[in-house]
Amino acid sequence: MLRESVRRFATDVVGPKVREMDENEMMDPAVIQGLFEQGLMGIETSADHGGAESSFTSAIIAIEELAKVDPSVSVLCDVHNTLVNTVVRKYGSKEQKDKWLPLLSETQLGSFCLSESASGSDAFALQTRAVPSADGSHYTLNGSKMWITNSWEAEFFLVFASVDLAKGYKGITCFIVPKELGVQVAKKEEKLGIRASSTCTLSFDDVKVPAENVLGGVGKGYKIAIEILNEGRIGIAAQMLGLAQGAFDKVIPYTFERKQFGQPIGTFQGMQHQMAKAAIDIEAARLLTYNAARRKEEGLDFTKEAAMAKYYASQVAMSVSGSAIEWAGGVGFTRETGIEKYWRDSKIGAIYEGTSNIQLQTIAKFIQKQYS
Amino acid sequence: MRPSPRRLLNILVPVKRAVDYSVKIRVNPAQTGVDTNVKHSMNPFDEIAVEESIRIRERSLSSSPSSPPSSPNPVTITALTIGPPKALDVLRTALAVGADSGVHIAIGEKEAMPEPLGVAKSIKAWIEKQNEKAGGKEGRVDCVILGKQAIDDDSGVTGQMLAGLLGWSQATFASKVEVDEARGEVTVTREIDGGGMQVRCRLPVVITTDLRLNEPRYASLPNIMKAKKKPVEKLTPADLGVDFTPQLEVLKVTEPPKRVGGGKVESVEELVAKLKEAGITAA
Repeated sequence: MLRESVRRFATDVVGPKVREMDENEMMDPAVIQGLFEQGLMGIETSADHGGAESSFTSAIIAIEELAKVDPSVSVLCDVHNTLVNTVVRKYGSKEQKDKWLPLLSETQLGSFCLSESASGSDAFALQTRAVPSADGSHYTLNGSKMWITNSWEAEFFLVFASVDLAKGYKGITCFIVPKELGVQVAKKEEKLGIRASSTCTLSFDDVKVPAENVLGGVGKGYKIAIEILNEGRIGIAAQMLGLAQGAFDKVIPYTFERKQFGQPIGTFQGMQHQMAKAAIDIEAARLLTYNAARRKEEGLDFTKEAAMAKYYASQVAMSVSGSAIEWAGGVGFTRETGIEKYWRDSKIGAIYEGTSNIQLQTIAKFIQKQYS
Repeated sequence: MRPSPRRLLNILVPVKRAVDYSVKIRVNPAQTGVDTNVKHSMNPFDEIAVEESIRIRERSLSSSPSSPPSSPNPVTITALTIGPPKALDVLRTALAVGADSGVHIAIGEKEAMPEPLGVAKSIKAWIEKQNEKAGGKEGRVDCVILGKQAIDDDSGVTGQMLAGLLGWSQATFASKVEVDEARGEVTVTREIDGGGMQVRCRLPVVITTDLRLNEPRYASLPNIMKAKKKPVEKLTPADLGVDFTPQLEVLKVTEPPKRVGGGKVESVEELVAKLKEAGITAA
């Protein structure tokens, strides 16, 4: 029923706006508001904090259904739920949870700020400094974050900064930084795909953050980031899965209407074999994703499975959406039909929240550990 | 002594699990019906009915600001469905959108769905049971809101039959519903050929919904979770003393004839000649 409800919302409310948002590179505020109203911005959050108190798998399903219509909207919902909300829920103190979770469930969009211009895959080489004040009452943040999703519209920022660069990763700390403390958007990126999802460079210029906004303890930022990105990976897998399915669902009916040489092109054996292979790939990506989600919910180790799901789903998204353009022929190449958008949107899947090479490396480490 | 809150209305909304509007219908090989191994969902006119009952409740809540916020809901909404176990999905959707409780009149997986007369008789039987339990005024059903027709069989008679069996007022094809609970009346604008017709009915009343009555809301995720805890009463047709044996026999179901292409003409004279040939002109 959740799947059906999100599907309808995505089709009726988001659907008509997809092209415009992509062309304008801007998320429609009505879409964000709609997500909040539907309870999709606090999926796992408890009811007393204004959330829907649902499971991780429910979040995965919602992300998948949104991506079938618009991967940009899907990633907005994914980052907010699987990265921002979950960090606050898991590592926040009671006071922090009571203060922030209701806002995050009901009105405030969140952003997760880890990457910088000189630290992407090498995330913990970050340089943003958080200098503690002499009396310990606050920290002064200086530095800049890059490639931050949702940052144009967000009011709540989780910022990873180091309290002592000499300590290496042990100095990294997670801070809650509300926008009004002085978070500045320095640049909004112009992208190939997921254009409606805002991706910005943020600058922190002597931003004073109260000590009570340290999340999870000083020096614990590394652990928080590692653990949360694991879960986030499954979210991206779900986004890529939805993208692949959305592209597939959009083009197949067309192939049975378009006739050439006296028959619908979808009935030519060459096409049929390609369609069948694409369907198999999507199903495999689906099972990898759902299995990773299941393992997480059951408290099992899921790092390897999450890496596999994200890697594979992003590959399938690219190949299926690429095929979709070809199956639709010239029409697939125009922006009007919205098929090419899926292909442009899919490319980021192999890059963000852990590049494909990083995923392969993660999986290889498990193999090596197991066999040597 | 604080006066007890005014009870406003007890609304029953029967909903049907029907073939989804987006499905490409195919006639079955035996030509006795359509392939029903397809996606089903709540009949769209029934969604409008559920939405209207919730709007009636919202309007009554906003027009009585003096009621303490803790007072019980003055409008109770019960959703009812007749069908196999799968029909529960449709009931849960009604609960997720705002109905307070549900009633499932269960039939077997392989059994045929009841005909409109059977449906009307079941609803009547349930209402009579409900009213008997309620005794006095509190808890009696005042209003039944149904979809004007189901999109799979397009019968369009259940509401009317129900009103006839119950001896209640009926206002069908509603495009606007206004409730005056103080006078115990409902004013309904009906869509008819040529425009609209306004009727005023005394409660109790049967209303059937037309397309333009409202636009149904989506079930939000928190409400879907809350719906799981709402009560659902389960009954069988036998519990209500109703027999679903079909009174009608379907002889044949066929697809509409395939559209034949037209032809192009060169002049007005040729057009007139062709129309005469087809027997469409008077001369």
